[in-house]
This record gives sequence, structure tokens and C-alpha cells, in this order.
Amino acid sequence: METYTMMRQFADSWGLLGFTLFFVGAIFFALRPGSKVTADEAASIPLKED
Amino acid sequence: MTKISQTVGVGLFAFIALLGAAFAQDSLFKAHMWVLFAVLLIFSVAMIRRVSFAPVSTVSSEQRKSEYFDEVVRYGLIATVFWGVVGFLVGVVIALQLAFPHLNIEPWFNFGRMRPLHTSAVIFAFGGNALIMTSFYVVQRTSRVRLFGGDLAWFVFWGYQLFIVMAATGYLLGITQGREYAEPEWYVDLWLTVVWVAYLLTFLGTIMTRKETHIYVANWFYLSFIVTIAMLHLVNNAAVPVSFLGVKSYSAFSGVQDALTQWWYGHNAVGFFLTAGFLGMMYYFVPKQANRPVYSYRLSIIHFWALIFLYIWAGPHHLHYTALPDWAQTLGMVFSIMLWMPSWGGMINGLMTLSGAWDKIRTDPIIRMMVMAIAFYGMSTFEGPMMSIKTVNSLSHYTDWTIGHVHSGALGWVGMITFGAVYYLAPKLWGRERLYSLRLVNWHFWLATLGIVVYAAVMWVAGIQQGLMWREYDDQGFLVYSFAESVRAMFPYYVLRAVGGGMYLLGGLIMAWNVTMTILGHQRDEAPIGSAVPQLQPAE
Repeated sequence: METYTMMRQFADSWGLLGFTLFFVGAIFFALRPGSKVTADEAASIPLKED
Repeated sequence: MTKISQTVGVGLFAFIALLGAAFAQDSLFKAHMWVLFAVLLIFSVAMIRRVSFAPVSTVSSEQRKSEYFDEVVRYGLIATVFWGVVGFLVGVVIALQLAFPHLNIEPWFNFGRMRPLHTSAVIFAFGGNALIMTSFYVVQRTSRVRLFGGDLAWFVFWGYQLFIVMAATGYLLGITQGREYAEPEWYVDLWLTVVWVAYLLTFLGTIMTRKETHIYVANWFYLSFIVTIAMLHLVNNAAVPVSFLGVKSYSAFSGVQDALTQWWYGHNAVGFFLTAGFLGMMYYFVPKQANRPVYSYRLSIIHFWALIFLYIWAGPHHLHYTALPDWAQTLGMVFSIMLWMPSWGGMINGLMTLSGAWDKIRTDPIIRMMVMAIAFYGMSTFEGPMMSIKTVNSLSHYTDWTIGHVHSGALGWVGMITFGAVYYLAPKLWGRERLYSLRLVNWHFWLATLGIVVYAAVMWVAGIQQGLMWREYDDQGFLVYSFAESVRAMFPYYVLRAVGGGMYLLGGLIMAWNVTMTILGHQRDEAPIGSAVPQLQPAE
């Protein structure tokens, strides 16, 4: 198979699926229950000291 | 103090440059190697004069390890201000060259050579130094650890300055690969690669050795900027030199692939250099200056991932209605439009950080500068997706509207957020109680803001007029205007643009003065801003 066709097929199938799952997963992880506490802790890092 | 091995290293490098000049295959390479030799010779002499032969005391080196490495950040701040003023000045000069062509002084100071000098000076010299300097400052504070790699940070700083000098002198000599924002030829590209790897090591090493469990979101943005720029730089500059002692090289790609690689690079230079990196700045300096945590930390995480996943695909919108396949153009357009969402999420996050502290806009001109920066970020990330829509692009492409759009982002967002960071850092880094003058910051704020408004508004009118003139047909189907007529019609706009740019330059000069006086330890005797507030009266 031509390199272009092969890469194009991969990009249109598994590549796309992988990227989408990672992205959706990252958003769910950011919004997971209980993340508020860790997020607030992290948000205060720059204000702790100089 | 410098070490002997480092001094010898620079001296050897100077000798290699001399050999390059001696065996050069073409006159341009020869001239450029002489420039490199002269720069390195001066640097070697400066280093020799500072060599310390005293043994390093273990006590002082132990003590130093526990402190933040801020000396390189101080140098970076000075470099940022210096290159900023230089870049703005060259911008005003080329704006005047367009209005008054007699100002083109052949061959070195032609518009064609001065234009990349301007873009590289503001993006890579001003913006790049601002990013390196603030990233070194922020990563130490938010990781609670000294910069990794010891003198490696000095190599990054001076190596980057050498890259700037080589790129700039190359443009004026007429050495270019002809790729927008990637004009330096192969040997300068290789040097930047070395410097960038050192930068990545320093930054990543600091994060790896951090004493804070969480990696603060600003560092995510900085790291994505460093990694992506490395990837873009390597792919877009893949080229084969004609000779290892000559300037000319040929791209590894050809035809439309070459064009797409270039604009994949070009747009992501905007997305990751001018956006992601400066968002890192926003997520640290806005909370610090407002003394409040970021509005929503979870939104900042989503902002990060959405930006990373969408930006990388937007490049093809630079090639609408070209030989690029239609599906790729549409892909670029769709991703550009989707980018509007994370961009505005980030804008809202930045602005809302001030909720409960909005009064600071009245009393703190530095906050005012940051708010204006975020507002311009919002405005230009709305305008950009709109311009990427094919029907809009058919009017705006190749016109000065594009230039106006770029400058509302660059002057408004990149410039203003950098000024805010510079004003925040200057008193901190030199241990001064406050800036030399807050009132001068206010002057800078208004000059810059009004300058951008003049610039952007004039370019909108100019661009739309240009676009309409180019597409105007008469009832016979002939074009109504020749191209030269549309050029001639631009004259008043070009003059006004130089006025807007001149105001921005003046603001930059005021900043340079203010920062210099702060470093020297002076304080201007002045009434505090917002002190004349009428006292609230109890109801009677």
C-alpha cells in the first residue's frame, strides 16, 4: 500500500479514535468528582510565597 | 565570575568561525562567519576579563544551591526590554518605508530585508526573551526549587542572543530561506536547535526535581510551548545545504507539501510561541498581581488540552484557494473556528480572576495592562477564526486586514502581557520597594492602547478597501482597478499606521526609562494613582 494511503487510513481510524479518547478522558479527569479540592490546592501554588 | 573551561570553549568556537570565514564557498557565508567571529571574539575577551582563579568555597556554593537562580532572569528582563524597543523601532521604520519608498536604502536596508528583521526582532528576540526569562522565573517559584543544570541556563540565554544576532545580521546581508518566521538558513537553525535542547533540559529538569507535588498550570503551557516549537522547528527547517561552508540550502519538501509544512509551522508559531507560552505568563502573573488564585483551575486545564488538540490543525487556513486540496483547507477552517471556544474559555478565566478585585483596574496600571492584554487576546482570537472562514478569507487574504489582525494579537496580547510581567518583575528582581514610577506605566498603557487602536482600525479599513478594489468588476467583466491603483490608495493608511506604531514605540521607550530607573534604585516622587477618591460619607 502507498505510504500516503496507509497513513491516511490510520489517521482516519485509530489515530482519530485515540486522540478523541485522550481528549475526552483529559476533560473527564479534570472534572472528576473530588478534583475541586486538588484544583484549589494547585491554584494556590503561586500565592504561597514569593 | 566565569570558569576557564567555558571561556576556552567560546574561544574555540570563535576560531571555528574564523576557519569558516577562511574556507567559505560563497561571499555571503564568508561575511556572516566574520560577523560570528567578531561577536565571539568580543565575548571571549569579556569572559577572559572575568575569569576567577580563586577556589570555589564549598560554603558559598552550598548556599547558592538553596537560592533561586535569578541572575539569568535579570539579564533576560533587560534583553526583553532592549529587543522590544529595537523591534518596535524597526517596525516603525518599515511602516514608513511602505508609505515613503525613498526610505528604502539599498541593499541592506530594503523593505524586503528589514521586514524579517522586524518580525524576528519582535517575535523571537522580544517575545522569545520574555518567554525564556519568565519561564525560568515561574518554574522556580511554582516548583520551589532552583533552576536545574547550573550554568546551562546561562548557555540558553547567551546562546539565544547569539541566534538573534546571527539571524538579524543574516537578513540584512540577504541570507534567507524564504520561509516566513523561519528565515534563518540551515547553520543558524542548527545552532538554535542546540540552544533549544538546552532550554528544554533546564526547564524539564527543574520540573522533575520540584518540591511541589502538583505541576502548576503555567508550567504546562510553558512546556507545551518549548516542546512544540522544537518539533515545528525541526520539521519545517528540514533542508539539505548545498555546501557545508555555504549559505544556500534546499527544503526537504517540494510543492504544496512544502507550503503546507511552512504554514503548519507558521500558524503553530502563533499558537504555541505567541499564545501558549504567553498564556503561561498570564496564569502566573495575573494571579500574582491581583493577589487572587486563578478563577477556575479546572477550566485552565480544559483550556490547556483543548488548545493543544485544536491549534495544531489550524495551519491550512493560510492556504485557502490555493493548490492545497479542498478537504485540507476545510479541515483548517473548521479547527480554526473550534479554537474560538478554548480561547474564550481562557480569556474568561483570566478576566474573572479579577472578580472581587475589579477596583484594582482603577488604582493599579499594571493590572490595567494585563486586563487590556486579555481583552485583546479575546478580540484577536475572535477575529482569527472569523477570517479563517473561506468566504471571509476570499476578501481578507493578502490584504492589510491580515496585518491588522496580527498586530492586534501581537501588540495587544503578547506585548501588553509582557509589559505587565516586566513591570511586576523589575522591582522584585532588583529588590526595590516599588517601580520608579507608576504614573509612567499609566502613560505607557495609554500610548500603547491608543497606538494599537489606531493601527488596527486603519488596517481594517485599508484591508477591506484593498480586498474590494481587487475584486471589483465592471459590467463587461473587466477588473476596474489595476494593482498599482490599490497600492496608491493605501498611502494615507500607511502614514496613519506609522503614527499608531510610533505611539507604541514611544510607550516602549517610556518602559525602558522606567525599568532603567527602577534598576538603578530611583523612585519618582509622585502622587499615588487613584488616591483622590472622594471619601464615602455616612448617611445622615
